[in-house]
Amino acid sequence: MATRLQFENSCEVGVFSKLTNAYCLVAIGGSENFYSAYEAELADVIPVVKTSIGGTRIIGRLCAGNKNGLLLPHTTTDQELQHLRNSLPDRVVVQRIEEKLSALGNCIACNDHVALTHPDLDRETEQLIADVLGVEVFRQTIAGNILVGSYCAFSNRGGLVHPHTSIEDQDELSTLLQVPLVAGTVNRGSEVIAAGMTVNDWTAFCGSDTTATELSVVESVFKLREAQPSTIVDEMRKSLIDSYV
Amino acid sequence: MELGASGMFVPAQTVGTVLCCICGVTMAPNPTNMCVRCLRSRVDITEGLPRHGAVVHCPECRSYLHPPRTWVRADLESKELLVFCLRRLKPLTRHVRLVHAEFVWTEPHSKRLRLKLRVQRETVHGAILEQSHLVELTVHDQLCPACSRAQANPDQWSAAVQLRQHVAHRRTFFFLEQLILRHGAAIRALRISEADRGLDFFFGSRSHAVKFVEFISGVVPVRSRSDKQLVSHDPKSNIYNYKHTFSVEICPICREDLVCLPPKVAQALGNLGPLVICTKISDSVALLDPFTLRSAFLDASQYWRAPFKALLSSRQLVEYIVLDIEVESSEVTVGGSRYSLAYAQVARLSDFGKNDNIFTVRTHLGQLLNPGDYALGYDLYGANSGDLEIDLPDVVLIKKSYEEKRRNRSGKARPWKLKSLNMDVDNTSKGRADEEKRNIEYEEFLRDLEENPELRFNISLYRNKDYQPSEMASTAGGDDVPSMPLEDLLADLELSDGEEENDDAGSMME
Repeated sequence: MATRLQFENSCEVGVFSKLTNAYCLVAIGGSENFYSAYEAELADVIPVVKTSIGGTRIIGRLCAGNKNGLLLPHTTTDQELQHLRNSLPDRVVVQRIEEKLSALGNCIACNDHVALTHPDLDRETEQLIADVLGVEVFRQTIAGNILVGSYCAFSNRGGLVHPHTSIEDQDELSTLLQVPLVAGTVNRGSEVIAAGMTVNDWTAFCGSDTTATELSVVESVFKLREAQPSTIVDEMRKSLIDSYV
Repeated sequence: MELGASGMFVPAQTVGTVLCCICGVTMAPNPTNMCVRCLRSRVDITEGLPRHGAVVHCPECRSYLHPPRTWVRADLESKELLVFCLRRLKPLTRHVRLVHAEFVWTEPHSKRLRLKLRVQRETVHGAILEQSHLVELTVHDQLCPACSRAQANPDQWSAAVQLRQHVAHRRTFFFLEQLILRHGAAIRALRISEADRGLDFFFGSRSHAVKFVEFISGVVPVRSRSDKQLVSHDPKSNIYNYKHTFSVEICPICREDLVCLPPKVAQALGNLGPLVICTKISDSVALLDPFTLRSAFLDASQYWRAPFKALLSSRQLVEYIVLDIEVESSEVTVGGSRYSLAYAQVARLSDFGKNDNIFTVRTHLGQLLNPGDYALGYDLYGANSGDLEIDLPDVVLIKKSYEEKRRNRSGKARPWKLKSLNMDVDNTSKGRADEEKRNIEYEEFLRDLEENPELRFNISLYRNKDYQPSEMASTAGGDDVPSMPLEDLLADLELSDGEEENDDAGSMME
């Protein structure tokens, strides 16, 4: 189910939060509303961790991760690193990497199997991504933009890309990612997809300016309507009775 | 894969479709990611633009006011009017870009002008939106200052030029009329009227009158004075309205006049024999002594310092027949004409055959005259010399006459004609005699033009369409009557408002 919310009157929720299948990171806001929204949705299923990175609140754009690991920029302080290591489940490998392009959230878009990266990323970083996140790494551009982490958002079930992406590019990306893709917008026509929303396999959070049309597109491409957290997290149980109920 | 311009393979890029974020309709992606209808319904780029305006129009001269003072002549729904309206709506262009403008038709007497403009403006996210915008201008009628002045007093002139020449004939004025027509010096004149010994020209402003006076002083020797009369006076803004009058007097000496120079003038000109002939009048007087072939020029200011009158003028020319001629000296060129001294034996035509009065005279027309020719000259046979201590000659010959040969061709139309100024003729006290005199003078003037190519220099002659060259003309090919070379004639300008007919109506002959 897709939820509409705001972080301190800003609709760019993808900037202030990071959502994966195993955990959720949330920025520290003045009021607890943002955190409560996530809590309400995810508390029973995955840990929701309040953090900052390098003293900033734009954590969604600075880190990249999936259920296997989390990559942090070199600006992360030791305390933040330790806090994250303590809060997150042990399965998740938390790694700080030395990379010139420190906004890892803008440079890397990944799900649990594939990652798309900025074309100018270092070779070592690419290696690290492959090791820590356990994904296959492809260097790509989206609609001519090199910041792939900003202009697309994808999960294991679907993906949303920049609206100006051509049909051929969409075909190519879909082949790489092995998920269905659609070109669309969030937050009333904003093209910066990943900054406006954050998504995992069963839920999505969008800015409150998102129109009903955009929300329906998000729900349909990420297949959120029939998604239940338990089926995903505990490995799918093939039970017809469950799906009836 | 497609071949690009330089032969490179360029992968095809098909643009995909997205859903409009508001209404969900599929559309091609644009910067706002909203479909055009949603965008139009949300954004109105003509928001601050004026929809009404006012324009002031003068119904008399059909011009429109461009504040504060310029009046622009334009027809309804014309290009000039469109330009004018857009200039009035200039503040519009500060916010939007004008792409297209056109008039929407309105009834002419509805006093409304409707303009349909298409404007473009940049909206959010850099998308450029185009919208059409209707502007309605209300037309207010108001007479422009020029028309209101003309309406209040149509004959109002503010400068007048009174041109006078105190001689008994009007040859100068015929000639001046043609000059003025050729140079268009009187196009600014509101009215031209004929007076006793001259013409009056009325102008709307002093500068036009001054220009006209300058033109006249460049073609004839004149002296002028100007006066002004206060018409009205605005004490608050210190504006004075005057009527200016220029009194211009033309020198009374004309071509072919016989002049007896006063002793002072004769001395000043180097003892030029007191009897001289005036050969040419331009802005100076050219005098020629026929017995010594000496010539002199008198400037306008020189003449008016010691003005003198002509002794005899061309009205008093008498016809003579040349019996014998004896060239005395060689040919001399004076002022563009060739003269040579000669002794001639002449007899008055009235005496010829009746009695034996023969005069032997010196003349300057030596190489022009042959025995048997006719000449015109002044008869001084019985004149008293008064207190001049000179020997008066019997005859002073002036020019060769073509009268006899003319009589053979009399009554034939000329192949050329002249235009005339339209002037108000004062018909009150003149009788038939005056009119006949006038006609005779005009005929002589036309003959003068035929004879003298230098006179024709500044005059426009027009082809007479009614002239049919008859068989007589071809047989008279050997005739040495001077006539106009037909190549000089201008094909008359055909104007649609019937200027030809006006010409005949306003001719001075009627």
